[in-house]
Amino acid sequence: MATTTRNSAFRAGFLAGLPFLLIGVPFAVLFGVVATEAGLSITQTIGFSFLVIAGASQFTAIQLMTENAPVFIVLAAALAVNLRMAMYSASLQPHLGGATLPQRALAAYLNVDASYALGILKFEEKPDWPVTDKFLYFCGTMVLMFPLWVIGTWIGAAAGDALPEGLDLDFAMPIMFLALTAPMVKTLAHLGAAVTSIVGALLLSFLPSGVGILFAAIVAMAVGAEIERRRT
Amino acid sequence: MSYSDATIWAIIAILGVGTYLIRFSFLGLVGDRKMPDWVLRHLRYTPVAILPGLVAPLVFWPKATGGDPDPVRFAAAGATVVVAWWTKNMLAGAAAGAVTLTSLLWMT
Repeated sequence: MATTTRNSAFRAGFLAGLPFLLIGVPFAVLFGVVATEAGLSITQTIGFSFLVIAGASQFTAIQLMTENAPVFIVLAAALAVNLRMAMYSASLQPHLGGATLPQRALAAYLNVDASYALGILKFEEKPDWPVTDKFLYFCGTMVLMFPLWVIGTWIGAAAGDALPEGLDLDFAMPIMFLALTAPMVKTLAHLGAAVTSIVGALLLSFLPSGVGILFAAIVAMAVGAEIERRRT
Repeated sequence: MSYSDATIWAIIAILGVGTYLIRFSFLGLVGDRKMPDWVLRHLRYTPVAILPGLVAPLVFWPKATGGDPDPVRFAAAGATVVVAWWTKNMLAGAAAGAVTLTSLLWMT
């Protein structure tokens, strides 16, 4: 493959990724604010974004931590939110599976909602691209997003640390979660899962914090999957 | 939050490694085998099965009012959901919720 092609695949990925910065960067800043308000140090907050790179699960962990939930509950709930990425991984496999192990290892680290969505769209459009081009495109989508995700968190953490104590941020977390989740409800099956999750969590809220939501989530997943199965 | 620093770092590290392994799973290890359909079908619903339930008690029984249902926060939550869903834009939803909350709190 000529170098020019490789450059252009990387650049195409880079350009496709730009609009996602408008969502990703403010999200990272908010995470920084909320996490430091909840009691994490600035270093811990940045470490979170650097190592986990998954907004929804980071917020999930912080929420349960502010409730002082048992550690294994925090881990189980936050990892469960990320289980969808196993699906991303499986669906990228036919396209990137032929890359070298270090390349696949890097692609896995950068496998987030935005890069997956952009990547799979392009790969299905250009199935004949050589695997190197596909890999470079995928990396291109994240070349700004990843550093800005970490830097945004840092800015938010520094700002959150500077906010006066007792500022009324009690409802910031619920609003973030709702804004994050509502656009995910695209079908009746999603709606069924979401409603089950809400009703289940409210009914089971007498259980120790975080436990009820796990049971509710398992039932809600089954409800979503079952509605999908019956309708297709 | 009452965890020790070491516990917080452990949570972050385990989440980092665990999330990485989830991302790496099929790409790195599984090769060409396909996941069974029923597994994929359940995985599709993990975020919508967890996130709404996580936030529901906070909306119905907000901490700020000591757990009493609060029409102002309920309205803010409603505005967030409707706008975020309608525009498919998280930030628009969050802004709608924040504006609703602040203006209603200011009025009451």
